Formats: sequence, structure tokens, C-alpha cells
Amino acid sequence: MTTLAAADVTVALDHTQVVKTVSCAVHSGGWLALIGPNGAGKSTLIRAIAGLVAYTGTVTLDAVDTKTMNARERAKVIAYVPQEPVLPPDLTVAQYVMLGRTPHLGYLATPGRHDRERARAAMERLDVTRFAARRLARLSGGERQRAVLARALASDPRVLLLDEPTSMLDVGHEQQVLELVDTLRKDAGLTVISTLHDLTVAGQYADALVLLDGGRVVAAGSAGAVLTKPLIESVYAARVTIITGSDGHPVVAPRRGTLRETRY
Amino acid sequence: MRRRIALVAAAVFLIVAVLVAAFVGAADLNPLATAAALLHLPSSLDPLDRAVLFQIRLPRVVLGALVGGLLALAGAGYQGVFRNPLVDSGMLGASAGAGLGATLAIVYLGGTGPGTVPVAAFVGSLAGVAAAYATGTAASRHTVLGDGVATLLLAGIAVGSFLTAVQTFVLQRSASDIAAVYNWLLGSLSAASWQQVTTILPYAAVSSIAILLHGRHLDVLSVGDEEARTLGLRPGVTRAVVVAASALAAASAVAVSGLIGFVGIVIPHVARRLAGPSYTSVLPLSMLLGAGFLVLADTLARTVLSPAELPIGVVTALVGAPAFVWVLRGTSHVGT
Repeated sequence: MTTLAAADVTVALDHTQVVKTVSCAVHSGGWLALIGPNGAGKSTLIRAIAGLVAYTGTVTLDAVDTKTMNARERAKVIAYVPQEPVLPPDLTVAQYVMLGRTPHLGYLATPGRHDRERARAAMERLDVTRFAARRLARLSGGERQRAVLARALASDPRVLLLDEPTSMLDVGHEQQVLELVDTLRKDAGLTVISTLHDLTVAGQYADALVLLDGGRVVAAGSAGAVLTKPLIESVYAARVTIITGSDGHPVVAPRRGTLRETRY
Repeated sequence: MRRRIALVAAAVFLIVAVLVAAFVGAADLNPLATAAALLHLPSSLDPLDRAVLFQIRLPRVVLGALVGGLLALAGAGYQGVFRNPLVDSGMLGASAGAGLGATLAIVYLGGTGPGTVPVAAFVGSLAGVAAAYATGTAASRHTVLGDGVATLLLAGIAVGSFLTAVQTFVLQRSASDIAAVYNWLLGSLSAASWQQVTTILPYAAVSSIAILLHGRHLDVLSVGDEEARTLGLRPGVTRAVVVAASALAAASAVAVSGLIGFVGIVIPHVARRLAGPSYTSVLPLSMLLGAGFLVLADTLARTVLSPAELPIGVVTALVGAPAFVWVLRGTSHVGT
């Protein structure tokens, strides 16, 4: 059982606290979505969990403090996909996906048969094998995102951290990518933490939501409990209508009107 | 597959370059007899020709191959570490430091002793890089330039300009040495000897093995420091090791040849054009191509105006620049 838990995580960037004593947890095979307005601290929290920014508090994976793991051990179990991954334009998809095997290679080791096998499996799962020999610069937005996910999965992680995985995609590709992640989660028991800006989508795919505002947890729980009109209107300073969709998930629909208050 | 073909082709290119360089020169040697002598077969070469071949020409060819290989490899290493295709082996104050070292040795120590100028250039080159690296890493803690790569390059430019200014000042006060310094700056292998080869061989071996072993790490670094870190790599360690090894490689080359431009920046691009961007192939390929290229350039340098010699730096740029433009045209559809 891979349970990832953050306890009292606080992150200060340039002497300003952007994440303040946040606690949240996600069980094995679960999908936790971090939502909240711009600047709420979603990305920073996910970067802290990935070990990319210094934080106080603890992040535990199956009750093991991730600070006690060295970089390679951590990289073996936690894969991180940033909002805007750096894609070396001339690298082929196959070469790029192979980079995902890095955590499993000793300092001077070179990828062996098993590594190639795992990389190939990741490419097949994300259906990128067809353009394995293509250069990254030649990929469309959707293909690119799938290549990035293949690289993340090539390390056979237990936890997948996704920072706005669909912000560059149209609604069709967004659904494709999220369905893929959901399938991986169910098939491979992957635990997913993602930030998602689309509230309706977050409610549809994640089984738990954490609503952040100003670096603090404002609400946490199921979509029905978090995506409520008073919470969303006050945190986002927006006017919305919450409709119950045909699948029972709440649909957050923006409503045209004059804003009572303006926040920046 | 493409990688293997490119490596074999580059190895053949180097062998051909070495053979051509061994046959061609001021003393006219019979190619067949030369080949026989090189293979330790009975040969019709007379003792004088034999001495020319083994004591004058061959050490120069071997030294040229070493210098070219080291410069290209160091350039490729720097380009990988800094994720910047415009970087070359003289970066980070390496060339400026070597220039200052050699100038000081020529002006204040007479520069006549066999080892003075090379040792001074070697120490100067390493000191230049060390100063730039220390300045850059210290400064990167206080800047907003992100992962420290830009800061390091800027520190290299600052240190380089400073060292060049000191060199110019020293030279200005000692006009009689200008010709000697200028000659050194343009690069030459005319003083090549087996002793020079054996002197730089240990440094060359250590530095090139260290760089070649980090090809995969440089590939990981190409996704940026942050993502590299989430893949379990420590970018700072990789950068320090590859910079140190590249600095050592470039310093060993500069010590015996003076400043030879162009090889360190151009050859890695040719390697990329041949086998793609992965540093696991770019590094060994650069080394082989750089070695072959410099051997040929030196052959031109010593034959075109024979018995006078052209500075090899002039040849590498004269031949290399048009060749590079041609390569660039071929790669223009590839984004950086």
C-alpha cells in the first residue's frame, strides 16, 4: 500500500510563506487533485513533495520520511511531470523516454536490456511507439504530453506527481490524457497527485480534492464536499452555478454577472 | 546503428588523416616505404628518412591528434554541461588564463626553457577556469538567473576579460616580446616531440575518460537541472566533474599547442549532425573527428608554404569556418 502523506508542510520562497502548514494524504491507487486560484501554492506544494524546494514538516511514503531517502531512491518511487517540461528538441521520443530509467542506473551504468524493456513498455502503454524515432520538436501538443508521461512511467514509479498536466491541451486531448492517467492508476496501482485548474474535470477524475487558498487548506474531501457554491465563490471570487452532471459529479459553470469584489 | 556507423566512419577518417600526415611533408617520403616502416616491416627508407619519420613527423602527428581530440571533447563537454551550443573549450577563462600564463612566462622568464611556457599556460588555463567557476557558483546564490548556468558563463566572460586585460597590460610594457607571444597565441605544433606527447598523455587520459563516462549524465542534464534532479541526478556534481575534466583536457592541449580556436566549438556540431544529439555518441565522435581534423589542419599548416609554416589556428579557422557554414546549412531545420 503506497500511502503518500504530507504533514504540516510549510514552504517559504524568498522569505514569504507560500505553503502554510498543509497536511493532506492520498492512499494507494488514489488520485488527489490540488485545486485553488492562481498563486494558492498548488505547484509549490507539489514541488515540495517532489523534493524540489526546501520545506519544513514531513512528507512520508508508506510511513517513510522522504527526506531520509537519497535522490535516486526517491526518484525510483516518485515521478514528477512539471507544468512545462523541458523537451530537448533534437532528442528522439525513444531517447527521451529512456531518460526515465535514470533512477535505476548506477553512476557509471548504461541502460541494459531490462531498462530498454521497461522503456518500451512505457511507450506502448502511452501509445507513442509509433513515433518513437521522431524528434521531440516534431510532436504535437497531445503527442508531447504522452511522451512526457511515458518518460515519467519508464521509471516504474509508485507515485505520479502531475503539475497541470492538461493546461496546454484542448478538451479532447485533455480527456484523453486524464483517461490514460486514470487507466494507469487502476491497472498499475499508481498513486496520483495532480494540480488541475479545471474544477469540473478535477471533480470527475480525482477521488479526493484539496482546495488551497493563500497557501492554506480551505477544504478537503470528495468533489461533492469541496465543489460547493459558497466555497468556490468565496475562494475564487467568481460567480458560479453548481450543476449536478449526468454522472453525478458536480459541474462548475461560471455565471456572467458583475463581480461584487475584485481580487488580484 | 547510426551511432555505430558514425563511430566507425570517424575512426577510419582519423586513420586516413594520420597516414596522409605521415606521408606528406617537407621531406619527401615514399608512401609505400613509409607505410612499411610504420608497420615495422622491412622498409626501403634510409636512416635519415627514418629519423624524419619517427622523430619529427610522427610525434607531431600524434600530438596533433591528441590536441584535436582533447579540444573537441572539452568543447562537447562544456556544451553539454551548459546546454549551450555556442560554448567552446576556451570558455570560462580557460583561453584567457592560458594566454596570460604564457605571456608572463615569455616576458618575465624568457620563455626559453623547454617546459616554461607549457607549464605556465597549463597552470594559467586551470586557474582561469577555477576562478570563473568559484566566482560563478558564489554569484549564482544571489541572482535570479535560475539554475546557475547563465551566471557561470557570465562569470567566465568577466574573468576572461580581466585576465586578457592583464595580459595586454603586461605585453604593452614589453613590446619586444609581442612577436613571440603572438606566435604562441596563434597556435603551433612545430615544437612537437615525443617528450611532449608523454607529458600530456596522463592528463589527456584521465580527463577524456572522465568526460566520456558522463555522456549519459549530460543527456539527463539536457532536460534541465530541475527535472534532472527528479530523475535522481545531482546536477551540481555532474557539472563540477565535467567542467573539471574539460578544463584539464583543454589545459593539456593548450599547454603544448597554444591557442587553437574553432575545433572545440565546431567539431561537436559536426558530431551531432552525424549521430544525433545524444552525448553518449557526441562525446566519442567529437574526440575522433577533432583528432583527425587537427592532424589534417596541421598537415596543411606545414605544407602549404613549405618550408615555412602557417599558424595552425589560422588553418583551422580558414578551413573550418566554410566547412562549418556548410554543416550549419544542413542543420538549419533543426532548432537549437
